[in-house]
Amino acid sequence: MNAPFLQIRDLEVAYGRICAVRGISLEIAEGEIVTLIGANGAGKTTILRAISGMVPYTGSIVFGGMDLHGVPAHRRVALGIAHVPEGRGIFSNLTVAENLSLATWGRRDRLGIKADLARVHALFPRLAERAPQMAGTLSGGEQQMLSVGRALMSRSKLLLLDEPSMGLSPILVRDIFRVLREINATGTTILLVEQNAHLALQLAGRAWVLQNGRVELTGPAAALAGDPRVREAYLGG
Amino acid sequence: MRASPLLQVLRAWTGRIQRPFLRAGDSLAAQRRLGLVLLGLLAALCFLGAPLGLLDDYQQLLFMYAGINVILCVSLNLVNGYMGEFSIGHAGFMAVGAYASSLLTVRALPEGGAWLGPVAVLAGGVAAAIAGLVIAVPSFRTRGDYLAIVTLAFTMIVKSGLENLEWVGGGRGLAGMRKLTTLPWVFAWTVLAVAAVRNIIYSRFGRAIQAIREDELAGLLSGVETRRVKLIAFTVSAFLAGTAGALYAHLVLFITPRGFDLLKSTDVLIMVYLGGIGSILGSVLGATIYTALLELLRPLGVWRMVCLPLLLVLLMIFRPQGILGLRELPWLVPRRDRDAVRRRGPRGSDEQGRSSVSDATGDST
Repeated sequence: MNAPFLQIRDLEVAYGRICAVRGISLEIAEGEIVTLIGANGAGKTTILRAISGMVPYTGSIVFGGMDLHGVPAHRRVALGIAHVPEGRGIFSNLTVAENLSLATWGRRDRLGIKADLARVHALFPRLAERAPQMAGTLSGGEQQMLSVGRALMSRSKLLLLDEPSMGLSPILVRDIFRVLREINATGTTILLVEQNAHLALQLAGRAWVLQNGRVELTGPAAALAGDPRVREAYLGG
Repeated sequence: MRASPLLQVLRAWTGRIQRPFLRAGDSLAAQRRLGLVLLGLLAALCFLGAPLGLLDDYQQLLFMYAGINVILCVSLNLVNGYMGEFSIGHAGFMAVGAYASSLLTVRALPEGGAWLGPVAVLAGGVAAAIAGLVIAVPSFRTRGDYLAIVTLAFTMIVKSGLENLEWVGGGRGLAGMRKLTTLPWVFAWTVLAVAAVRNIIYSRFGRAIQAIREDELAGLLSGVETRRVKLIAFTVSAFLAGTAGALYAHLVLFITPRGFDLLKSTDVLIMVYLGGIGSILGSVLGATIYTALLELLRPLGVWRMVCLPLLLVLLMIFRPQGILGLRELPWLVPRRDRDAVRRRGPRGSDEQGRSSVSDATGDST
């Protein structure tokens, strides 16, 4: 029996006295695209932060058969978990090339790094064109590409994406989502947090609907997209 | 959110740093030649000035003060400018370096030969680096203003600790050092310190340091061990401050705890912000100009201490990024990064070019 790729059991996260996530369990198989949807404050971002090691939690997160409890954030990146934070988190005053190379921190295999860079440049030709430019001078869409590209540079097996569509024009969003599908086709598992439930449900195979830190609904994305409760709450009727 | 208003101002300031850029039309080769010639002339002056009688004792002293201040300034810039943290502990590290090296030369090795000079400087650096590590471990455990508060406390503790330790002279100070610091040595240590900081900044490690300034969480999410990077950078900075302290002690030959109080830390801060954060050349200029100004304004007596802060206020109003806060001398930048800067889109350099040109006019004071 194969251990699930990512298994979360009874996850609870509290910021001080405020409980953001109250006992969530979910499993993701390798190669899936899974989305978490829900209103603001439902706990979506917090789940991603727990997985990437940014917040302390109780419960268990098992990745590739390894319990992540006590594993520091930078070690999790090395294990293959890449978190693209909301608001992109790029280094504005470093060049695009430097932004990408920072994600290879701790790696010594120059050839591998080169191959990864070639892959990122193939996925986002814009980043190759803009390599010597300060990241802060990129447009919003390019910054999002850079953020995703940087995550790929760390050889991620699991990509955690927080609101990749935020602040982007519909055309750019479509581009980003097309690339996400390509990334997924090469074997990277994606856990996507999105306010734009409509888009997220189109891309994902399965979805969880969260509310106030609990799982409200779960199932195949297509089924949820047709569910009247989801339609009413998140898809505008 | 957690930062105090003062720190927010300073952070905002730090946020302004732009990368070095080339102005159109500058010939890099010419600049490089000019730079090397100037450096060579300075070296010749430092090594031959005294024997040939070109520099009198007072002028030599000024050059040495300037060199020591340059070391202090680039090392503080590493932490405050490039890493975006805020340390005010440089006087403390300087004191540790000064006392450790003096104890070594006065008490432990009073008969040392010519080799004692560099050994004492290294010993001062190592002692300060250890102190830096001890401070950095708890203060980098959390994010926010802690470093400023801890380094402030450290400076005070070192000063009052030394005042109460009778076996290092207490408040009366420590004397008996031989004059091991000479102009050629100061020159050599200064060049080494500047080169070291420059090489750190343009290495992968240096990019990680700057990533911490830009967005520490994103750095962590990219897999950078931010805590380790901060520890190492801070320790290196403390080491350099310690070497400066050792050089200082064996130049003035008499040190007291009062010489390493908070005002001394403030001096270094002023030099860093005068020269411009995140710029190595800026630090060199800032330290040199500040040293020179202190001397030029000496006739004013007590009023000197009014003029200098006033100057700083004016600087903050008219040129908040410091003399060179936006720029770096291109030949200090390695070729790889220089290309990156040169090939940058016209948009970025235009904006910057304009702002720096308009600012430059108000800068001649």
